[in-house]
Amino acid sequence: MMLYSLILRVAARLLVPLLLLFSVFMMLRGHNLPGGGFVGGLVAASAFVLYALAAGVQQAREVLRVEPHTLLGVGLALAYGAGVLALVLGKPFLTGLWLHPHLPLIGDFHLGSALLFDLGVMLVVVGTVLLMVFSVEDRLPGLVEE
Amino acid sequence: MLFAVLSIFLGAALSPLVVRVSRQAAGWILGLLPLGVFVFFARQVPTVAHGETVRQSFEWLPSLNIPLSFYLDGLSLLFALLVTGIGTLIVVYAGGYLAHHEQLGRFYVQLLSFMGAMLGLVLADNIYVFFIFFELTSLTSYLLIGFYHTEEESRVAARKALVVTGGGGLALLGGLLLLGQVTGTMEFSEMLSMGAAVQSHPYYLAIFVLVCAGAFTKSAQFPFHFWLPAAMAGPTPVSAYLHSATMVKAGVFLLARLSPVLGGTAVWEGTLGIVGGFTMLMSAWLALRYTDLKQILAYTTVMVLGLLTMLLGVGGEEAITAMVTFTVVHALYKGGLFMMAGSIDHETGTRNVRELGGLRNAMPWTMAGAVATGLSMAGIPPLFGFIGKEMTYEAALHADSFGILLLGVSVLANVALVASGLVVGLKPFIGEQKGAFTREPHEAPVSMWLGPLVLGALGLTFGVYPALIDHSLLQSAQTGILQESHELHLALWHGFSPALMASLVTFALGFTVYATWESIQESGVMAGLGTAFGHGPGRVFERGLYGLARFSEGITVLFQNGRFRWYLFAIFTSVIVLVGGGLVEAQVGWPEFDGDVAYYEAALAGLIMLSTFVAVRTTGRFIAILALSVGGYGVALLYLLFGAPDLAMTQFAIETLTLILLVIVIIHLPGIEEEEPLGVRLRDGAIALGCGALYTVMMSVIVSSPLDRRVSEYLAQNSYTEALGHNVVNVILVDFRGIDTMGEITVLTIAAIGVYVLMRMPRRDAHAEADDEVPAEEGAASTAE
Repeated sequence: MMLYSLILRVAARLLVPLLLLFSVFMMLRGHNLPGGGFVGGLVAASAFVLYALAAGVQQAREVLRVEPHTLLGVGLALAYGAGVLALVLGKPFLTGLWLHPHLPLIGDFHLGSALLFDLGVMLVVVGTVLLMVFSVEDRLPGLVEE
Repeated sequence: MLFAVLSIFLGAALSPLVVRVSRQAAGWILGLLPLGVFVFFARQVPTVAHGETVRQSFEWLPSLNIPLSFYLDGLSLLFALLVTGIGTLIVVYAGGYLAHHEQLGRFYVQLLSFMGAMLGLVLADNIYVFFIFFELTSLTSYLLIGFYHTEEESRVAARKALVVTGGGGLALLGGLLLLGQVTGTMEFSEMLSMGAAVQSHPYYLAIFVLVCAGAFTKSAQFPFHFWLPAAMAGPTPVSAYLHSATMVKAGVFLLARLSPVLGGTAVWEGTLGIVGGFTMLMSAWLALRYTDLKQILAYTTVMVLGLLTMLLGVGGEEAITAMVTFTVVHALYKGGLFMMAGSIDHETGTRNVRELGGLRNAMPWTMAGAVATGLSMAGIPPLFGFIGKEMTYEAALHADSFGILLLGVSVLANVALVASGLVVGLKPFIGEQKGAFTREPHEAPVSMWLGPLVLGALGLTFGVYPALIDHSLLQSAQTGILQESHELHLALWHGFSPALMASLVTFALGFTVYATWESIQESGVMAGLGTAFGHGPGRVFERGLYGLARFSEGITVLFQNGRFRWYLFAIFTSVIVLVGGGLVEAQVGWPEFDGDVAYYEAALAGLIMLSTFVAVRTTGRFIAILALSVGGYGVALLYLLFGAPDLAMTQFAIETLTLILLVIVIIHLPGIEEEEPLGVRLRDGAIALGCGALYTVMMSVIVSSPLDRRVSEYLAQNSYTEALGHNVVNVILVDFRGIDTMGEITVLTIAAIGVYVLMRMPRRDAHAEADDEVPAEEGAASTAE
């Protein structure tokens, strides 16, 4: 049984970069508008799952470049790091830290440790979904055989 | 003091490195560490002897009000010196004993961690800190006893020790917390003056029972004594250390530490006196039943622990004098004798006394240490053991209550101790060399006879010149227990006192028992004693543990039978019964319905219901899943309609991903088979309808009751001022409740790893051949890891 079609494959080629871009956008706007690391992570994971459906798990792994385990580890480290950073500066664990640089083209800009935390959440979500999907696919091959 | 404890743990961390650099000298190098700490504490002796106490406190968990606090008085100083002093000799000894063991590095990590835990235990002032070190000694001794983990016997013994002492530790925690509640402080040093208040409090009995449970299990009092002889399965240096200076004394230490608070009542005197006395008598005679050097020594340790407990129960100046004296006496001779037993085992290949004899020429240094410590154990003058025994008799003769009983028990137990001391310390070396040893007997290396010799020499020195330690060390330890100072002078010669008479009787009987040791051992009475008390309680424990395992297996099979339908059935039925019952009981009426529904809301509800109906009715799994997803998207649309875009977005994304995942899995499942019998369908339908009705009522109740908006208003107001974010949902996730999110992503990671591991496990079913295709990918995955 094959769901593997030319149309899906071509569509995926176009959609995946857009979805990934969209996921980053969702993650970044999350602090002030609907979005955030969790949703961003789900969107990014969907992009890779779509690619896996269209072109095969092996290809999706290659496009991802890193193993899902690595994403999990880096994500957790970023989130915990954002907390520890406050600890290092003598504040309680996970206190939000902010920088307010004035950038030449953009103007006033706020940069917070919350962003680091959200990025960690996003990577963990992507890692979780992909680790599950890839290992289920490894175990039960059939849908996307090449 | 914090530095002293930490340095031992640091040494533990570094020890594998030391072993790697120099295996031969590792024991000598690592021995410098406890030696240094010993010197540090020895320099505190003059201060403490002046009646001063030292208290140190470091901030540790300020929000829970738990400081890392230490308290040095005479009692803790005495134990700290024993822990580090004997620890030094043990570390050196182990370097020789395990010189060729490939896991020497691991051994030192465990041994030094144990030492650090024990040192922390005796120094701790805060009861939480005390408890943590108390359990840490249980844990590290578990590792040490089970060091030869490839042997079943070691594992069983280690488990026994952990379950008994760790279980007692949990009871102890309860007792300590109650004690903290009653006294209003968590520091031992502040509790010491509150004895009267605690003893008149209604919780006193509960505290006493719980503390005793902790102390009696740790110090192997009857009926918990069985774990200690079993612990002989560990390497000999471990036995020597655990028995002489550390682990098993922790319970006695605890009782001594708390005796100003809990002691002196009738319950205290009666319980400690009877339990200690019985333990003492039983184990002293049981020791004669065994021929293995380590077993004999183990039972005599139990005997001394009983004695110390009994003396604490009696209380008062003389009994406590005897108690602190005997603590030192026992530490010196038991440490030496265990090391000696290990050396004999090491050099001859056997520990069976009946096969040993005539080693005096082959092992002269070992013999010197063994005889000195063995005679001290037998309580023969001029060794320190004699003074310890005399003090015990004096205390018994002058005790207010139980005096004669105490004296009788002590004499009877000491008779057996005299015989055991001679059997262990003398018998292997005199007479003819018996049986063929597996190895040609020869002297052990210096590192292995140094310990017994030093301890034997100390026993002799303190016996002849007790003034070396009585005033400075023992008196301050006594002051620590009694909380009042008494002049303490020990002397070898007391004149022709009744205690001396008792000693002479003890010697006469003891030598007789020694002379007839072999025939006593073979007698039926001793065999019966061995079965009833030696193995009996241990066997009851094993049976109980086995029964518990069987019981939990039965429970597991009943509830976790692997049938998904049964789980759902159980969960939903209990929800309906419990929550529904609660609603009925609270007499919640059907809420008002205002009937104001927009047409698109009604349409959405209809769509969700329709998709559910399709999911239930269809026979194709694929269609069922698609229908369910439609329902899920419908819910997401509802979220959107009612102003929760974040929730809706997440629901959309999750719904999509779930659909894909299910599609990937579902393709491997067979189609839905013919319909279930009518009864089953009616039952499932009833549950589904019940659940639906319940949630409908619950939702309407919740929606119709006024919302408490305090939390949401606070969050809305502070979202930008505190966290610079306009999206309240996101600010809650990353700022206000960031720790929750952190926990959630950690759980996600664990779940993902769980799925990953599950999927890589070898299959048990008939589809195993499908695995043939996997290795290529698995190989790629594992190299990338």
